[in-house]
Amino acid sequence: MNEQKNLFEKVWDAHDAGRLSSGRTQLIIGTHLIHEVTSPQAFGMLRDLGLAVRCPHRTFATVDHIVPTNEREEPFSDPLADEMIRELRRNCKDYGITFFDLPSGKQGIVHIVGPELGITQPGTTIACGDSHTSTHGAFGAIAFGIGTTQVRDVLAAQSIAMDKLKVRRINVNGRLSPGVYAKDVILHIIRTLGVKGGIGYAYEYGGEVFDRFTMEERMTVCNMSIEGAARCGYVNPDATTFEYLKGRPYCPSGQEWEEAVSRWSSFASDADCSYDDLVEIDAADIAPTVTWGINPGQAVFINENIPDPEKLSAGERETAREAIAHMALTPGAPIIGTPIDVAFIGSCTNGRLSDLQEAAHYLKGRRVAPGVKAIVVPGSQIVSAIAEKQGLDEIYREAGFEWRGAGCSMCLAMNPDKLVGDQLCASTSNRNFKGRQGSPTGRTMLMSPLMVAAAAVTGEICDAREVFGVETAASQ
Amino acid sequence: MALTKITNITGRGIYLPGDDVDTDRIIPARYLKCVTFDGLGEYAFFDERFDTEGSAKLHPMNEARFGGASILLAGSNFGCGSSREHAPQSLYRYGIRAVLAVSFAEIFFGNSIQLGMPCLTLERQDIEKIAAIIEQNPATPVQIDIAATKITCGGEIFKAGLPEGSRSGLVDGRWDPIAELLENNENVDRVMRALPYMDLRK
Ligand code: SF4
Repeated sequence: MNEQKNLFEKVWDAHDAGRLSSGRTQLIIGTHLIHEVTSPQAFGMLRDLGLAVRCPHRTFATVDHIVPTNEREEPFSDPLADEMIRELRRNCKDYGITFFDLPSGKQGIVHIVGPELGITQPGTTIACGDSHTSTHGAFGAIAFGIGTTQVRDVLAAQSIAMDKLKVRRINVNGRLSPGVYAKDVILHIIRTLGVKGGIGYAYEYGGEVFDRFTMEERMTVCNMSIEGAARCGYVNPDATTFEYLKGRPYCPSGQEWEEAVSRWSSFASDADCSYDDLVEIDAADIAPTVTWGINPGQAVFINENIPDPEKLSAGERETAREAIAHMALTPGAPIIGTPIDVAFIGSCTNGRLSDLQEAAHYLKGRRVAPGVKAIVVPGSQIVSAIAEKQGLDEIYREAGFEWRGAGCSMCLAMNPDKLVGDQLCASTSNRNFKGRQGSPTGRTMLMSPLMVAAAAVTGEICDAREVFGVETAASQ
Repeated sequence: MALTKITNITGRGIYLPGDDVDTDRIIPARYLKCVTFDGLGEYAFFDERFDTEGSAKLHPMNEARFGGASILLAGSNFGCGSSREHAPQSLYRYGIRAVLAVSFAEIFFGNSIQLGMPCLTLERQDIEKIAAIIEQNPATPVQIDIAATKITCGGEIFKAGLPEGSRSGLVDGRWDPIAELLENNENVDRVMRALPYMDLRK
């Protein structure tokens, strides 16, 4: 057999259950993740149609969006949030679905929980009613967000109707300079290819930078694939992947582990497979990146100036004007020096242990600038427990950060953590849409955890490499 | 499950200019706190329509002359951002029955079709032409022929885009695939048995 295939095609073919009359594929979803925001209506539809859950043991639930990160006792003070967690608990109980509930010690953001428990595995299909499901692609899974009616489909039929995607290979070769992180890589990719560039595509990330990246770094990049409009993003499974998964609770062990590794390896893209598109990026070109606008593609390197909308192409101008007006920034001015009100470290993009460690390492002995509210929200209870064992919570508290419980928090502010008025937030999250952080006039600038830490201590957008004297290679 | 065949949609139009309209704008996250989609209609584009005090802002959806419009016209990459079905659900419950845009974000598009709210693409100049016609006279009907993927407005005919699977799904009343997904049990079982991680012993 000399037919060379890429990972996307192999995984797709292994999960293809035939053509539907619409011409679309019936794609088996092997792993289904659910949370409290997009699942209750799906269970409602199941009940209305009198349908059962086909494979309850292949759906896993957690609660993340609405959970308060300071007072965790129930009932929550927000009655709507309280209703949502009770509804999820009831649905999981009624249908026999595993729920990583608050008392389990395993609760957290769905895209952090799946990988750390070893539920996320190479060569699988993963769906969740959440667009950042692309995160799980870091393991060589085809993982994508679905709508609530499709959540119903997965529950009832363990499959969805879908059209095959094209695959764009994105190589990042060379070495990242110190102080440049996975977050900068994906912000740069989105800026380069555009927020619409990925429509119709799965992104396959590779090259030396990805070969060297840890799983957590790969997850940060895959997480934001959707921000570039790619439905999913993935990295081929390799020794780093298997090393990470070994011994995780939901991973096979013993004899079965060896079998799994060989099966997983077989899904990696063949050396001579073809792609629908190929993009080459030089790691040396990437500097710490900050968004200035209202979509994640509106970003500049830290030493660049805020663009003047009038000098941009016709296609970009209108959105840029709107962005400048919303962000209350001065066109042509340096981005450095923009005062901030809030610093947020967390989310499914940058709420993992290595993110918290990296920022803490440099925050030691520093203080948050007066007038800045700084919060750090671990992505899961497991992340939180390990971080506390390592004393990171103390470092953050001493620096003037609030150390919170696990959840989505200020990434989208469905819990009490919200911006107020037109506050400007230096944030490690993934979306800078208008109103995203809870106040319609609130402003968000996306960047890496180290850049948020630097903004927190200086009170303004600044170059973390200078503030912290980052010289030695902290990252690859 | 017999579904209505969606072949023709006629209604008045409403134009929301601008590209990259994201799902946070269509339905702000604070209105996602619900366990059913009922009642979401009143929150469609809430922060675009009302200021923080709750007073109406200048917005097409607040203009009486566009009241009752059911065909939404938009720019490119409409519905980008999150996978929340709350976005198309809120538009549908507001009264929107079809969206015409330069392009759509994929998840939004899929969610809308599966809800029976067709999304068709048009050239930018055609969107602008239709927008100009309804600006002149908001009562002008916008007629969508799904089968022929044609839009008629103000005596002009515009060619629209709609992927074949979605088009035939709508006109044949198969836009919600659930019945078919459930029928195909044997195939599903066969494929799942070949996937060890599905662990069918459990
Ligand atoms: S952290 Fe943010 S992006 Fe991630 S799942 Fe939660 S709300 Fe969505």
